[in-house]
Amino acid sequence: MKRVKKLFSLMLALAMTAGVTACQPAAATSSAPAAPSSQAGEGSNASAAEGKVLNIWCWNDEFQTRFNAYYPDVREVAKDKSTTTLKNGTVVKWTINPNDNNNYQNKLDQALLAQGNAAADSKIDIFLVEADYALKYVDTDSTLDVKKDIGLTDSDLTDQYKYTQDIVTDKNGALKGVSWQATPGLFAYRRSIAKAVLGTDDPAKVQEQLSNWDKFDLVAAAAAGKGYKMLSGYDDSYRTFSNNVSAPWVTGTVVTVDPNIMKWVTQTKEYTQKNYNNKTVLWDDKWNADQGPSGKVFGFFYSTWGINFTLLGNSLKTPTKEGGKEEVGNGIYGDYAVCQGPQSYYWGGTWICAAKGTDNAATIQKVMKSLTCDKSIMKKITTDTQDYTNNKTAMEGLANSDYKSAFLGGQNHIKLFAEVAPKIDMSKTGPYDQGLNESMQKTFHDYFNGTIDLKTAKANFEKDVKEKYPELTEVKWPS
Amino acid sequence: MNRPKNEKTKLTAARAGCYLVLGILCFLCLFFFYMLLINASRNTFQIQQGFSFLPGKSFLTNLQNLLANGNIPVLSGIFNSFFVSALTAALATYFSALTAFGIYAYDFKLKKAAFAFILLIMMMPTQVSALGFVNEMDALGLKNSLIPLFLPSIASPIVFFFMKQYLDSSMPMEIIEAARIDGSNEFYTFNHIVLPVMKPALAVQAIFTFVSAWNNFFVPALLLDSADKKTLPILIAQLRSADFLKFDMGQVYMMITIAIIPVIAVYLFLSKYIVRGVALGSVKG
Amino acid sequence: MNSENSPRKRKSISYAKWGYLFIAPFFLAFLVFSLIPLCSTIYYSFFQYFRSGLKIIGPNFVGLKNYITLFQADLPKYLGNTLLIWVIGFIPQIFFSLLLAAWFTDLRLRLRAQGFFKTVIYMPNLIMASAFAMLFFALFSDNGPVNGSLISMGLIRQPFRFLASVAGTRGLVAFMNFLMWFGNTTILLMAAIMGVDPGLYEAAEIDGASSRQMFWKITLPLIRPILAYVLITSLIGGLQMFDVPQILTNGTGSPDRSVTTMIMYLNNHMYSKNYGMAGAVSTVLFILCSVLCFLVYVNMTRDNDSGEKRKRGARH
Repeated sequence: MKRVKKLFSLMLALAMTAGVTACQPAAATSSAPAAPSSQAGEGSNASAAEGKVLNIWCWNDEFQTRFNAYYPDVREVAKDKSTTTLKNGTVVKWTINPNDNNNYQNKLDQALLAQGNAAADSKIDIFLVEADYALKYVDTDSTLDVKKDIGLTDSDLTDQYKYTQDIVTDKNGALKGVSWQATPGLFAYRRSIAKAVLGTDDPAKVQEQLSNWDKFDLVAAAAAGKGYKMLSGYDDSYRTFSNNVSAPWVTGTVVTVDPNIMKWVTQTKEYTQKNYNNKTVLWDDKWNADQGPSGKVFGFFYSTWGINFTLLGNSLKTPTKEGGKEEVGNGIYGDYAVCQGPQSYYWGGTWICAAKGTDNAATIQKVMKSLTCDKSIMKKITTDTQDYTNNKTAMEGLANSDYKSAFLGGQNHIKLFAEVAPKIDMSKTGPYDQGLNESMQKTFHDYFNGTIDLKTAKANFEKDVKEKYPELTEVKWPS
Repeated sequence: MNRPKNEKTKLTAARAGCYLVLGILCFLCLFFFYMLLINASRNTFQIQQGFSFLPGKSFLTNLQNLLANGNIPVLSGIFNSFFVSALTAALATYFSALTAFGIYAYDFKLKKAAFAFILLIMMMPTQVSALGFVNEMDALGLKNSLIPLFLPSIASPIVFFFMKQYLDSSMPMEIIEAARIDGSNEFYTFNHIVLPVMKPALAVQAIFTFVSAWNNFFVPALLLDSADKKTLPILIAQLRSADFLKFDMGQVYMMITIAIIPVIAVYLFLSKYIVRGVALGSVKG
Repeated sequence: MNSENSPRKRKSISYAKWGYLFIAPFFLAFLVFSLIPLCSTIYYSFFQYFRSGLKIIGPNFVGLKNYITLFQADLPKYLGNTLLIWVIGFIPQIFFSLLLAAWFTDLRLRLRAQGFFKTVIYMPNLIMASAFAMLFFALFSDNGPVNGSLISMGLIRQPFRFLASVAGTRGLVAFMNFLMWFGNTTILLMAAIMGVDPGLYEAAEIDGASSRQMFWKITLPLIRPILAYVLITSLIGGLQMFDVPQILTNGTGSPDRSVTTMIMYLNNHMYSKNYGMAGAVSTVLFILCSVLCFLVYVNMTRDNDSGEKRKRGARH
């Protein structure tokens, strides 16, 4: 025991020294957040006794950030962010489980299945879902009807993009979730490279040269001739194909691979062989680096959030955290522009669902109404963060204004988004999309790399599918 | 006169060879720590640009960003990890030694069966029974608790096996019999005579179990939900997938660095003790 | 069986309760935390039992169907992957560990800075396997420092895409296992060598034995129990290989599932909440590990056991 004590004091001393050295330059800001975590925990327990807890489950802090910043009833945010206290004393408890390897869904499933036996204050009240697996929850009775059970009215919801409601509408026509964002996709290209390859960087003229896949291929060849890559990675164009399929992935227990997905395979193999891409994989370091100052890639398929967050962040030479400014001159800020690209598509999106068994329906109604229906809040989110929000009137207002994005060289990208957002068709989505899209991308990387032939890649895809979804019995390939 | 000199040069050459091999191995081992530190001092953009041998200037920025990250409670993570790992190491070594001694020193009917049984289950990967384990803990109300992370280490077959081997090779029964003659109670004998003899083995296994508990991701990831209970590996995974919108590799490397420092400190602390313990050699054949 | 040397037995009988008492906590903890979950795992391997979305299918008894499916799938391939990668990593691991342990304990060599070396070689084991894999991924990526220096040295023109080649990926995993574990093994072997009676070496030295002779004739035979331990634990560790290939290949086991290990395969089934199939993989793995490890154990301890008995007999 003595040894353990000694060790413990050693550790403590170590941790404290680390803390102290860290805090010296900015003592006030950095010493504060970590320490009071235990107090906050106790605090939430104390108020739990009053029976007023709103449990929200999510996989990152995006919604938490929006909630704390824009929900009008927020009174206080705990220093460790684990809870948010509302004006009426209700405590919002955040449970954040990372998404990796299906972790979030697994934990959520477990909690939802145990929801019936859980104490009122530990029941999930709100959980968030992504487009790729929304249907898995929408088609169950774990999610409540936003209109009937929660009490949002048609007039509340009228300004939202229809597709954001279609995807979370169950078989019986009940709306099971709402979203604060719309995520139409565009093609973001480098102005300087477009000038070098096409002789122009004007979005309308560039769009003309990229308006279908044949033209896109021609530009890819031209770019390669000048030492540029058309795309960075294998998965870059995937969404443009997978969003334009003729049927959902699964009917009954049979997986049908759409011909359009195979077009992605053919195109990507060709691009790889002809060196039109840089052989990267979505989200890896090289892929991110290709979007920055050292990149030689013509453009990227990105939806709303990707352009103003990921692409902007990657384009800077000196990041904002280092004191860099978001301005022309820092890296390639200002060198990107967007156009619609060869095919319309969407990518991503988060929906708020109310869980069956909640005892906070009134609060949930207010949260949903404020954060997804309130025009002024939605407009404010867009002007503050440049996120594209789910409010037609507000977005069209911005589209027709003189709004300009300095990052996109003065282009009003909201206008382009507003044009493509109504075209989004989510009728072909299904509960298996996330798993099957991931399997497709992963198993075919080997084929693109030249390690295996097409037949093996197909066989590996089938194995992957059967491991992931034991209930699926067969995979059909287009002839 | 010639022969010793010849031998001396030979020895010097052998030594040089040893140092060369050791040097290369050490380089391989240390390079990763160097890389970790370098990357912890660079920002995401620089990390993406590829590796550099020179440190960046973002060490403090990364540290501040990490500590200011409300969703990643680093200090409570260090505390939880330390709490679980220290208890795991203590329980695993003590009870394994106790079990090994029980089987080594006494003759009883089920002795052989018990030993064979432990050997058989030793090969059982934890992952194999993980699903059942999680369900059981859920039923016992121990989910989201640190208890199921250290209590099962009372039954650590691999540590037991090492202890048993150690007893076989270095624990003469005569000492125990002598203690009995002196009227020592068996439990007292174990704590005051056997354990000191086993010190080197205890220290070695304490390190191993501490480190594996410290780095354990699989089981805690299945059990822990709330932020104040999470251990470091879970926080690292959370940081990595935190939010691709604000994906910050600098913070990730900083977090790994922080997660490694305490374990290195414990290791350095115990490794000295081992060398001393072994050198003292409380066992004489 | 029990009737041999009866006087000793009679003497020990009064202590038997202590034996039970001493091993009780172990078995109690094992029962609660391992045996019950293990039994439920094996039990469910005979059922169709999985989660489809939020619906639970089963449990429906299906007999050996899960096992048949398993062997029709690529289970032997994944076992082969696992063992191959383990062997590639274990050979250098045991070689360098024995070498270093012998050097460190060699009284004539008297290496300096031993503390430093011993400390350093164990260090890779301190990094979380996942963090280690992450670093390797960065190091050996197409534009990583390894490719960078190979190109600048003029050895290759195009970057070698380690993670797109079967040999490259398997080699990396094996290399990482070697780096992570050779320090650990060295410490174990050193502890064993230092436990050997120094009198033996002194006597041998007086007889004019060389370091090499002492190593082969004294050290190696006497540390055999620990060598058995190292081999067995390493084999178990090898069969449990998971974090490193999982993180290095992003969970895919690519290229072409050539680094998919048994546990990664198990994990794939757990990921899909397929209790039946996961149970079957676990059970196969369990049987397999038990057989392999018993073989190794029996083989390594056979003559040692008889030797020990003789020794003890002589003492009495």
